[in-house]
Amino acid sequence: MARYLRTLRAFWTSALAAELEYPANALIELLSVLGNLAGSLVLLALFYGRGHGLGGWSWNEALVVLGMYTLLDGVTSTLLQPNLGEIVNHVRTGSLDFVLLKPIDSQFWLSARTFSPWGLPGLLAGVVLIVVAAGRAGAAPAPITVLGTAGLLLCSALILYSLWFVLAATSIWFVKVWNATEVLRSTLVAGRFPVSAYPPLLRTLFTLVLPVAFLTTVPAEAILGRATLPWVLASLGMATLSLGLSRGLWRHALRYYTSASS
Amino acid sequence: MSIIHARGLGKSFRVADKQPGLGGTLRHFVARRHKDIPAVRDVSFSIEPGEVVGFLGANGAGKTTTLKMLTGLIEPSAGAVAVAGFMPFRRQAAFLRTITLVMGQKQQLIWDLPPLDSLRVNAAVYGIGEAEARRRIHELAEMLELGEELRRPVRKLSLGQRMKAELLAALLHRPAVLFLDEPTLGLDVNAQARVREFLADYNRRTGATVLLTSHYMGDITALCQRVLLIHRGRLFYDGSLQELTQRLAPYREVCCDLGEVYPPQAFAGFGEIESLAGHRVRLLVSRDQLTATISRLLSTFPVLDLEVNDPPVEEIIGRLFREGAVG
Repeated sequence: MARYLRTLRAFWTSALAAELEYPANALIELLSVLGNLAGSLVLLALFYGRGHGLGGWSWNEALVVLGMYTLLDGVTSTLLQPNLGEIVNHVRTGSLDFVLLKPIDSQFWLSARTFSPWGLPGLLAGVVLIVVAAGRAGAAPAPITVLGTAGLLLCSALILYSLWFVLAATSIWFVKVWNATEVLRSTLVAGRFPVSAYPPLLRTLFTLVLPVAFLTTVPAEAILGRATLPWVLASLGMATLSLGLSRGLWRHALRYYTSASS
Repeated sequence: MSIIHARGLGKSFRVADKQPGLGGTLRHFVARRHKDIPAVRDVSFSIEPGEVVGFLGANGAGKTTTLKMLTGLIEPSAGAVAVAGFMPFRRQAAFLRTITLVMGQKQQLIWDLPPLDSLRVNAAVYGIGEAEARRRIHELAEMLELGEELRRPVRKLSLGQRMKAELLAALLHRPAVLFLDEPTLGLDVNAQARVREFLADYNRRTGATVLLTSHYMGDITALCQRVLLIHRGRLFYDGSLQELTQRLAPYREVCCDLGEVYPPQAFAGFGEIESLAGHRVRLLVSRDQLTATISRLLSTFPVLDLEVNDPPVEEIIGRLFREGAVG
């Protein structure tokens, strides 16, 4: 365990050093976070400005959901995209060989090898939006509620990570799966709005097939003090299940790895 | 007690059976057909601790596939292999700490950072303490004649410096078995020589076992007393280098730039013409005739420039199989 922590530190210090080689990235990423957030806010404002609600959620409550989405999108930019996006390249160029020959869990290496500091503004923006909007929606969460929400957000992040990792792992067979991860990322954009805002068919799809509901709506309900036990348990179950699936599939996939030829 | 032991090792790959052209592409997209191509067949050998063994063969002969089975990257389709007492494909941590793989055409160093950053990551992964890692880096850097280069981003290093840094990264955990796939690929003559010297030195100091593939006969002659020769996936020769060179390469390649253009028949009696283009001719001359032939060449033709080389391994091996000397 200590070795993994030390490795993680070495991973991230080197990642930070590598990212700082290209400072222009920082500005571009910051602008992209602000642009996305502004776009989502305008869209939300359009709904509410004309007197439409979204699935029975008030303006401020809907902002909490948007905050959760922004936070998760920050996690995506900080950790998921830089790491999981590289897996396809590792398979295509054969540099996965070096990862597999290290005496360390290969899924850990591939999932935590690097991080991008440019996703952090998104994380921060998400937290600020959640705190402000939840306060204005009249929520006064007890410390235990905040802790529970954090736990549910962790579940969200794990679900998102596992889905992404599973898709990336299929590159062992199909090599090029960029399209699939793009589809995943654009579907998750649906998580900007409360899941009850969607028609029943999509709602079912977003709960059972693509667990968008668990990603943002469930933690938002929690911080607003409306969490119900079945949803919390379902969220925990979904996280455990998808994490288990990602590990199982990775082990299975490695049996088929043929390593790009010299 | 052998440290590497392969018996009846085989590997086939499933590849797409696809006709060329648009029609073939579409048919393949709808109904994929595959066939199994054997890459390595029934290869058996043993290597003792401390040996430096050259692994020879033309492109596509099965060298890299065999190396990948020995390092545990791919699972053999047939036969058994043991390295340092482990089954490689299980990739147990204890096994991975015992071996290393260096590939001339792939790199593990982080492109945008100095090698020292990658070394720090490797030290953490292998659980080498910081002080100990510094000591090992210092020692290896000295042997490799690396200094300030370790503090410069990898992308700013020359190919030779980068390869030396790759070697350092691959050896930080003091592996007992080194698998080297074309470690001098693309390096200039000086850098090649330095890498060779380092490997010989490392083998002497640590007693590590080395299995190396190379296109350059020079690597093999400088380092290996024993070679394995693989052709079309089968092991064709396993023995001393000396015997192999006598059997396979009793030739040297003589390359001349001449003052005039001559027809091919002008070179009859000097040696076999490997190529003749304008003013430049390449001849294969048998070793025992070399000096006599060169002096005759110099007195017969207006020679502007003359070079004597070992013919490339590919050429030797191609010649071997054309002549049916083996197989």
